Amino acid sequence: MLFIVGLSVVSCVENSKPNYQYMPNMHETVSYEPYGAYDVFVDEQEAKLPVEGTVSRGWRPFPYEHSPEGFAAAKTELTNPLPYTEETLAAGKALYTIYCALCHGDSGDGKGILVEREKILGIPSYDDVGRAITEGSVYYVQYYGLNAMGSYASQTSIEERWAITHYVMTLKDELEGSPAREFEIPEGAEAGVEAEGENGEDENLMPPVNAEQPMEVKEDDTDEGPVEEIEE
Amino acid sequence: MKKVKYRPSATRLLILSFSFFLSFSTLVLAQDDSELSEDPEQGISERQGDVAGPMESNVEAEASGDAAVGKELFNTLCAACHKLDANSIGPPLRGIGEIRETDWLHAWIRNSQALIAAGDEQAVAIYNEYNQVAMPPFPQLSDADIDNILAYVNAPKAVPQAQQVGGQAAGASDGGGGISTDILLGILAFILLMLLVILYLVNKTLRRFAAASGVELPVREKRGKPVWKSFVENQFLVIVTAVVLVLVGSYFAYGWMMQVGVDQGYQPIQPIHFSHKIHAGDNQIECKFCHSSARVSKTSGIPSLNVCMNCHKTISEVAESTATEEYSKEFYDGEIAKLYEAVGWDVTQQAYTGETEPVKWIRIHNLPDFAYFHHAQHVEVGGIACQTCHGPVEEMEIMYQNAPLTMGWCINCHRETNVRTAGNEYYEKVHEELSKKYGVEELTVAQMGGLECAKCHY
Repeated sequence: MLFIVGLSVVSCVENSKPNYQYMPNMHETVSYEPYGAYDVFVDEQEAKLPVEGTVSRGWRPFPYEHSPEGFAAAKTELTNPLPYTEETLAAGKALYTIYCALCHGDSGDGKGILVEREKILGIPSYDDVGRAITEGSVYYVQYYGLNAMGSYASQTSIEERWAITHYVMTLKDELEGSPAREFEIPEGAEAGVEAEGENGEDENLMPPVNAEQPMEVKEDDTDEGPVEEIEE
Repeated sequence: MKKVKYRPSATRLLILSFSFFLSFSTLVLAQDDSELSEDPEQGISERQGDVAGPMESNVEAEASGDAAVGKELFNTLCAACHKLDANSIGPPLRGIGEIRETDWLHAWIRNSQALIAAGDEQAVAIYNEYNQVAMPPFPQLSDADIDNILAYVNAPKAVPQAQQVGGQAAGASDGGGGISTDILLGILAFILLMLLVILYLVNKTLRRFAAASGVELPVREKRGKPVWKSFVENQFLVIVTAVVLVLVGSYFAYGWMMQVGVDQGYQPIQPIHFSHKIHAGDNQIECKFCHSSARVSKTSGIPSLNVCMNCHKTISEVAESTATEEYSKEFYDGEIAKLYEAVGWDVTQQAYTGETEPVKWIRIHNLPDFAYFHHAQHVEVGGIACQTCHGPVEEMEIMYQNAPLTMGWCINCHRETNVRTAGNEYYEKVHEELSKKYGVEELTVAQMGGLECAKCHY
């Protein structure tokens, strides 16, 4: 009989509710926890968008607007500010495998697992002639999305997107059979660790807070990029 | 002990289950099983609704094109923006040959922008109708290729009849099985009851016979002293029993106290039935695809709905093969519809309405405030797989807490896990010194100070 009572106790224990706590005052924070629901917020939502006119730390506005004209401009003008190094490419590959390979495939031929399982269709190969992707267009599409592809700006930082762009262009070269691009030696590499940190490869994967420094350096690059193009 | 929001009372549960036991004491087992079995017929009748006749289409497959080749081309080149039967980025294409002329279609597919620039009326009209989204040119397609694609899109919709029939048959047999187990169990319980009654009746009749025929039944003699009295008089036995009871009692009390605040197995019902099994398991989506902040921040991040929409903009319903016996296709489609409602996505217009509402996911893994845990530190720096702590998430239809998340559990892992020192030049010297100090090849987290109180409590 005891056994059966025990059995019914066990079967009645509800997994859908959390267990009770001993002195919950020390469990539950006074401060607001990420993604929490609190009355002071609109819709009780703690997770909020940045206030209009502000950017979160480590973020920079993208100078091209979300329109066919913006896309065309980015496609021709925008170039990758990150140096093409082994580390950047490795970081790009890791991120590509997480975010892109699902649809675009490990080799960029548009045959990822979701395509093979016929969940998402119509993924073009990177060597598609009609699309003729460039560094600028790759970055633009990651930032805003294009057609059926959505924006990945919320999941990646600026450096991460540029690292992915490097890897995508490498895949394109491989698909087209073009010779592999040579790795650049970052400026002042001989000066040692400090300079490398300055260029931001190692710190790319760190929180945006740490990435702020290298980002300012690159801001100049992108600002100059388009100007040069126009002058030419 | 302060009462928290959802506190299940153990005593109440115990009383409840005891009364439950008493009221159904003979039938407890049979009842348990019959309650568990669900009605599998539910989904079938609904699924039959889909078996509408084939879509009427008078367009004959063009003799010049091969629909099979066309399907391949369509899936790689067109399907990103066009669906056969529904609006997407571009218009639905089934039976497009009825509406447009073949020559015009050829020109449009080759280079739609040129056609628009040339001022073709139809071209400009369709361009404006679909929000001026430019269709990319396809110069690589030959005339034959385009004919193949057109043959595919012009072909009438095929109904997978064999599958439908198979599904029905399987469903029917399932339904039969479920019912018969119920009935069998009921019959068994009934027979058991009848046997008990018969036994009692036979006993009664036999006794009556015995009384009638004058046979004397042996009567139990009454004992001088009841057992409990002699037990009480034996002091040694009393002490031993008391000690045993205290030990057993404290063992259970300890066990009970140690589970306070441990939410292992916690499995709340979420506002949207999100199946990790389908996403992370079947479709092999990286954990970090959605939980991207696990790479860079303290929290793993609950993906905002725009991440869902990156895929579900095009995936508005699940495939027939995704449905399981437990969850039908209609159920899953309904869950996707919940997402659309929350994010404010109008499927027919293929546009956001701007009316959004938050999805109030229920947090499962929650460390107490006095313990610090950083995701990026473990995932990115430590290179720990998500499954180490979260368990086989890729097999979980409904997410639950796999690990106890107690301090002992954390410490144990810190003792056993080696630190990834390779390629970390910055700390090379420290690692070397520590290895020398402990006389080991590989340092564990504990040896790096992973057991210091202030590492996690500050």
